[in-house]
Amino acid sequence: MPSATLRHTAWILRGNPLTAVAASGVLILILIGIFGPSIAPYDPIASNVSEALMPPNRAHLAGTDQLGRDTFSRLLVATRLDLVIAVSAVGISFVLGAVIGAFCGYAGGRLDRAVGRFVDVMMAFPLFVLAMAMVAALGNRVENIVIATAVINLPFYIRFARAEVNVRRNVGWVEAARAGGEGNVSVVLRFLLPNVLPAMAVQMSLNLGWAILNAAGLSFIGLGVRPPTPEWGIMVAEGARFISTGKWWLVAFPGFALMMAVLCFNLLGDGMRDILDPRMRT
Amino acid sequence: MTEPLLRIEDLYVTFSTRRGLVEAVRGVSLALEAGEMLGLVGESGSGKSVTGFATTRLLDAAGRVTKGQIFYRGQDITKIPDSDFRALHGAAMSMIFQNPRAALNPIRAIGLQIADAILSHKRMSKEAAAEEALKLLRAVQIRDPEKRMSAYPHELSGGMCQRVMIAIAISCDPMLLIADEPTTGLDVTTQKVVMDLLANIAAERGMATILITHDLGLAAQYCRRVVVMEKGRLVEEAPPEALFRHPQHAYTKRLVAASPTVSSRIEDLVTDEERSEYLAVLAACKPPVVPPPGTPLLLDVKNLAKRYDQGPPALTGFSMTMRAGESVGLVGESGSGKTTTSRMICRLIDASEGEILFDGESIGHLPAREFHRSPHRKDIQIVFQDPNESLNPRFTAFDCIAHPLLRLSRLRPGDALRQRVEECAVRVGLPVELLSRFPHQLSGGQKARVGIARAIACRPRLLVLDEPTAALDVSVQAVVLQLLDRLRREDHLALLFVSHDLNVVRMMCDRTIVLRNGSIVETGESRALFDNPKTEYTRELVEAVPHIRRAQEPMTSVT
Repeated sequence: MPSATLRHTAWILRGNPLTAVAASGVLILILIGIFGPSIAPYDPIASNVSEALMPPNRAHLAGTDQLGRDTFSRLLVATRLDLVIAVSAVGISFVLGAVIGAFCGYAGGRLDRAVGRFVDVMMAFPLFVLAMAMVAALGNRVENIVIATAVINLPFYIRFARAEVNVRRNVGWVEAARAGGEGNVSVVLRFLLPNVLPAMAVQMSLNLGWAILNAAGLSFIGLGVRPPTPEWGIMVAEGARFISTGKWWLVAFPGFALMMAVLCFNLLGDGMRDILDPRMRT
Repeated sequence: MTEPLLRIEDLYVTFSTRRGLVEAVRGVSLALEAGEMLGLVGESGSGKSVTGFATTRLLDAAGRVTKGQIFYRGQDITKIPDSDFRALHGAAMSMIFQNPRAALNPIRAIGLQIADAILSHKRMSKEAAAEEALKLLRAVQIRDPEKRMSAYPHELSGGMCQRVMIAIAISCDPMLLIADEPTTGLDVTTQKVVMDLLANIAAERGMATILITHDLGLAAQYCRRVVVMEKGRLVEEAPPEALFRHPQHAYTKRLVAASPTVSSRIEDLVTDEERSEYLAVLAACKPPVVPPPGTPLLLDVKNLAKRYDQGPPALTGFSMTMRAGESVGLVGESGSGKTTTSRMICRLIDASEGEILFDGESIGHLPAREFHRSPHRKDIQIVFQDPNESLNPRFTAFDCIAHPLLRLSRLRPGDALRQRVEECAVRVGLPVELLSRFPHQLSGGQKARVGIARAIACRPRLLVLDEPTAALDVSVQAVVLQLLDRLRREDHLALLFVSHDLNVVRMMCDRTIVLRNGSIVETGESRALFDNPKTEYTRELVEAVPHIRRAQEPMTSVT
C-alpha cells in the first residue's frame, strides 16, 4: 500500500506543517552528512594562521578559528560524524532494547522482574556520568562513544518495548497466532515486534537529538572525538576559550547547528507518531 | 396542545472528517413528554447516540448541528450560548454513558464526585452536599452507602459504578435523562437490576428518559414508545408490542427478525425471502453421519481446574463431553470462568489439574507453549470475541486467513494457498476482493468473517467460539450465527459456544452448561434447561433476559 501510505503522510503533513519543516530539516542534515566533505569550500583541518580568528565575512561565511580554519567547512564536515555516532548508537539500543524488552514483556514472571530491576539500577546512575566513565575506561575512540551512548539509552528502549508488548500479549490476534500454530518465540518476533516498532520509531527520532547532544557533550569535555577532527562538540569546546574576547562565531555556529539538529529530530518524532499510527488511517 | 418537555424538529448533525462532511443525523423529529421513557433504537452508525449528544450539546468538536431545532420546554436550545447551556446541564438534563468506569474520575472518592456535581449547580456547604450525596447513594440502592462514600471507582463493580453514575446524573433533579447504552457491557442480571432501578427512579421523580440502545428487547421491556433509527433517519415510531408484531418499515422488519427471542430459531433471524434461501441450504446438507459404536468422544474433559497464584480458583471440577457435529453452550456471568475454560480446551493456557481427551487421546500432557507442535493443533480452533482485536493490524485479511494454513497445513505460498484462502473467504461470505485489505479498512462484520475464515481454514473438528457476536450489531449477528450453524451442519463441526446471551445459546446449542464462580451449576438439553431451570441461579439468569412485558408470540407470526 505505498500510495495509500504516501497519501496518508501527505495528509498528516498538511495538517501539521511543523512536521514537514522538521522533516525537511532532517533531510538537509542527511544530505550535508553525505555531501558535506565534497561541498565544503575549504579543507576543514588545514590551518592558515594569517587568517586566524576572522569574524564572518564573504570568504569565510562563519568566520575562522584560532588556527585560521574555516568554521563553515568544519561545520559541514562535522555533520557526518555527529549523525553517524547518533544513528548507530540509537540503532544499537533500539534493536537490542526492542528484542530484550519484547521478550520480557511477553514472558513476564521471573525474567521480566530480573531485567526490570537491572534496568532500574542502570537508570539510577546519572547517565552522562556513566557514559563518561565508559568512554574513559574503554578508551578515547569514536566506537566507544557509540557504545557508551547506546548503553545509556538501552534502558529506555527496554522499558518502552516491554510496556508496549505487555499490553498486547493477551490480545485476540496474539492468541489467534498461537492457535494458528505459532510458537512463543515467533509470536514475539513476527507478530508483536512489528506492531510495536512504529511507536518505538517515534521514540527513536526523539532520542536521536538527545544522542547527538550526548556525543557532543562527551567531546566537549574532552572524551571521545579528538581534535583536530571537526565535530560540533569539540568546536564549541574550543571556541569557548575565545568567547570572553568577543569571538562569538566560534561558539554560536556549532551551537546553532546542534540546536537545529536536536529540534528537527524532536519535532519529527512528534509528527511520526501521527504518521505511523495505523488507527489514524482510513 | 401543550408544549412537550423536549421537541426535536428536523435535526441535522454533520461531522467534518478527512473524507469531507458526513451527515450523522438527517432530519430527525421527535417529542418527549415529561416523565416518559422513550427508547431510541438502532445499530452502530444509526445516529442514535449523536442525537443524544446533540441534545445535551456534548458533540465532539468535529460535529455541528447544521439544521433544525431542539426545544426544551419551548426554548430552542440550539441557539443559546454555551455559558447559559451549562446551567441546563445537570439541573435540566443530564446523561449517563456506556462505560461507567471510564466516566468516573478514577482518583476521586465517589462520594466527593457526587458532591462535586451537586455543588456545581447548588449553593450549599460541603457538608450539606456530602449529606445529599449519601441520600443519593441510598436512592440508587448501594449497600453500605456510608462506607461506599469513600470508595474509589476501581473498588466497585461495573453495575455499582453505573449506579454511581445514575446518582450523579439525578443529583440536581433533572427533568430529562439521556441514557446512552447504560447497561451494555454489564451482565444480564446486573442489567436488569440497573434498568429496574433507573425505571423506578424516573417514575418516582417524574423524570423523562431517553434510553439509547441497540437492544430492541431492552427498549421494548422498559419503554412505552420506541423509535427506530437507521443511517441517521428515523424510520419507525411505535409502541413496542406493535413494533414487534407488525413492523412497518423494511429495516424494522429486519431488525425485529434478527433480534433473538426466547422462541426464535436460527432460520427465523432473517426476513422471509432470505429464510427460504437458508432453509434450502440446510436441506442440501447431508444428514449427520452416525458414528459407529465404539468411536471415542470428540472431546472428553474430566475434572478440569485452574488456579492462579492469587484469589479463588478460576475453575474447579469442570467436566464435559462433546460429540462430532454437536454444539454445546457455555454460559455464565463475567468471572464465572467461561473464558478460562475455553482457553484451556483450546490449549492456549495450561490447566492446574484435570484431563482433556480429544478423540480419546489425552492432549493435556503437552504444555500449552509446546502445543503448537501437536498434530491436534489444527483440529481445535477458536474464534475470538472482539473482531477488532482479533486480527493483526499489520496483516491483510489474506495473510490472516493464510497464516494457519502456512503453519499447520504446511501449504507453501502459491496458487494452492491462494485457492484455499479464497475458498474459505467465499464460505464465510467475504467478498474475495476484500482479501487485500487491512483490518482497519474492514467493517466489524467483515472482520468477524475473517476471524471465522481463519479458524475454519485448517478444517478443524472442534471450533470454540468465545462470544463471537458480542461486539456485532444484531443484523450482522444474525448472519454470523446462521453461517456458524451452516458450517456445523455441512462440515460436521463441533461448536463450543461461549456466551452470555442466553437467547443466542438457546437457539444455537443442543446442550448448555451454566457456570458460576468457576463451577458448573446446571447442565442439560438447552431448551429444557431454559424453559424449566432446575436451579435458582439459572432461573435468575433466564428471567433477567429482557423481553416484552406482554405474552410473547413466536417471531414466525411476523409477516
